[in-house]
Amino acid sequence: MTEFVPHPILDPAVIPRGSQQLLRELPKERLAWMLQKMCEIRYFEEKAEELYVRGLVHGTMHLSIGQEASSVGSIAALRPDDLIIHHHRGHGHTIAKGADLKRMMAEFLGKECGYCRGRGGSMHIADIPGGNLGATGVVGSGIPTAVGIALALQMRRSPQVLLAFFGDGAVNLGEFHEALNMAAIWKLPVVFICENNQYGMSGPAKVMCAVQPLSVRAIAYNMPGQTVDGNDVLAVYQVTQAAVERARRGEGPAFIENYTYRWRGHSKSDRNVYRTQAEIDEWKQRCPIARFKQLLIEAHVLTPEEVETIDAQAKMAIERAAEEALVCPEPSPENLEAEVYAP
Amino acid sequence: MSEPNTREITYLEAVREALTQEMRRDPSVFLLGEDIGVYGGAFGVTRGMLEEFGPERVRDTPISEAAIAGAATGAALMGMRPVMEIMFMDFITIAMNQLVNQAAKIRFMFGGKASIPMVIRTPAGSGTGAAAQHCQSLEAWFINVPGIKVVAPATPYDAKGLLIAAIRDNNPVLFMEHKLLYRTKGPVPEELYSIPLGQAVVRREGRDATVLAYSVMVPRALEAAEQLSREGIELEVIDLRSLKPLDQATIVASVSKTGRVLIVHEAPRTGGFGGELAAVIAESEAFDYLDAPIRRLAGRDIPIPYNRTLERAAVPQVEDIVAAARALAQEGR
Ligand SMILES: Cc1ncc(C[n+]2csc(CCOP(=O)(O)OP(=O)(O)O)c2C)c(N)n1
Repeated sequence: MTEFVPHPILDPAVIPRGSQQLLRELPKERLAWMLQKMCEIRYFEEKAEELYVRGLVHGTMHLSIGQEASSVGSIAALRPDDLIIHHHRGHGHTIAKGADLKRMMAEFLGKECGYCRGRGGSMHIADIPGGNLGATGVVGSGIPTAVGIALALQMRRSPQVLLAFFGDGAVNLGEFHEALNMAAIWKLPVVFICENNQYGMSGPAKVMCAVQPLSVRAIAYNMPGQTVDGNDVLAVYQVTQAAVERARRGEGPAFIENYTYRWRGHSKSDRNVYRTQAEIDEWKQRCPIARFKQLLIEAHVLTPEEVETIDAQAKMAIERAAEEALVCPEPSPENLEAEVYAP
Repeated sequence: MSEPNTREITYLEAVREALTQEMRRDPSVFLLGEDIGVYGGAFGVTRGMLEEFGPERVRDTPISEAAIAGAATGAALMGMRPVMEIMFMDFITIAMNQLVNQAAKIRFMFGGKASIPMVIRTPAGSGTGAAAQHCQSLEAWFINVPGIKVVAPATPYDAKGLLIAAIRDNNPVLFMEHKLLYRTKGPVPEELYSIPLGQAVVRREGRDATVLAYSVMVPRALEAAEQLSREGIELEVIDLRSLKPLDQATIVASVSKTGRVLIVHEAPRTGGFGGELAAVIAESEAFDYLDAPIRRLAGRDIPIPYNRTLERAAVPQVEDIVAAARALAQEGR
């Protein structure tokens, strides 16, 4: 059983102020939005699982249930026109970035009205106009791409910032190291967010990475690095916000490790033989959504009724999205060759 | 194949049996790859092997394809016989430098003073709904690199025999498995046997046209031949098994006999291995026997789409082979 150990902060600029203070500072609507997105992610993925079990999905899926605070807390720190690039476990980022739930569900079902017109599927949802520059299924391969996106932002003197999401498994690819170094020497406006859910497919991050916590690696690239309790949406928000604003000021990239846990198997075919049920159960006790709800109620930000309304509305939104997506038309296999190259 | 020790097992079990028996026989053989230990591999090929051989010889690696390939190359240079696994063939792109510029070159570049006896096992191909980054068939890249051999078995029997030959070979061998073949069954002898690399096999004899296929296209071609036989068209189906070295003699003999040839593969048509096969035939004495142009049926020149219908439409299916072979058999008659 691995305990969450807060890491000594590498950059004093990103000290979390504590949730209580943040609960007072942030507008109620913003906090309610965070809860809403977390609930939508949870219900979306439970729905995805259900559709899968009902045999309506051809392909695989990677669920981020249990990691909702990481995607929502990070993306909450962005302005609407900021950007993200992410990876195979990407439903959460996509929803937090404001994706239309029906078009997401339609993509999952391989439909023409899906975000990628059924060409990409669950693993590759992109919403380019919405600032979601897409999910890659090749571990770590979005990280160097992030360097290029941030380079373009810098060259155009854009005020936008990019969040680059990836898992703990990705930090052992050479691409990770090349990209962080390049982003650092050019002071690019990108924040690297490692969602450490403690396992790759089965490989434990504690075994596969020579140094713990993973945020220590930031030292090698002379950028701020910090490990955050990734199940605390407000802690994630604060650290990301500090890093994002620093990047926006032109001070360069940062590396954040959101320490969390993947409740479900890696993908549809996982038998969970590499970890114990007791460990899974223990992390379920640390549910980021239940925790945030309790915090909001105890701080009198929202009443229990308001919390329940948000939850119920999220559930309904997902039900509606699934119903609408299921009746979307299938794409046609004709003339796909014409789509391969831009005109 | 009616030997007493032959039973029906799956292609996946045949691969595992080859690995297991070679590891029992030769202590220098070991496995390295992602999630091959307690997880048993993404497709379950190495399930149970950690228990028998321990973590030193069934070595779970970080997600570091370049270092996996480098570690295999270096260990092979030292006389070990590593079998490295790339979980999906698509990720071999990350290992390319080590495989192409090191493993494939060392023997020749160092004047024949060293050898790299290693195997790169990797599942290729589409059909599982995994979309553009998990479905590619990249054999043509490797065939164009002197110093690497390429095999692509279609049956459990060949999977075992060719993998054993690949492990015993003193060169880097790319061993392409196919996800859709893993669950297929066939007769496999219990004992160790090896099938020499570079030998094709005639899976079905016929007079009207030759079909050249490998990997998952072999069962599809055989199914197509079965259907066309009911129409009176007899296809000769050749399973290439080994793409490099290539059994040119078997190909030339068959095409000289039938005078017509259809080349079938899953990888995209343009720049695919089919072009090389066509050239081999065109340059050989079989050219004089051709009664119709050489025909290719290959994957479309598109990334593999996610949607099931689109995915099917991206690569040759049985009905496509039937249509192409029927047209070829009738061409100019
Ligand atoms: C380069 C590469 N190697 C292997 C895989 C197979 N694979 C897919 S996800 C995964 C584990 C990734 O772990 P992590 O980066 O921690 O992300 P998580 O799945 O835990 O969210 C592996 C090994 C892949 N997709 N890409």
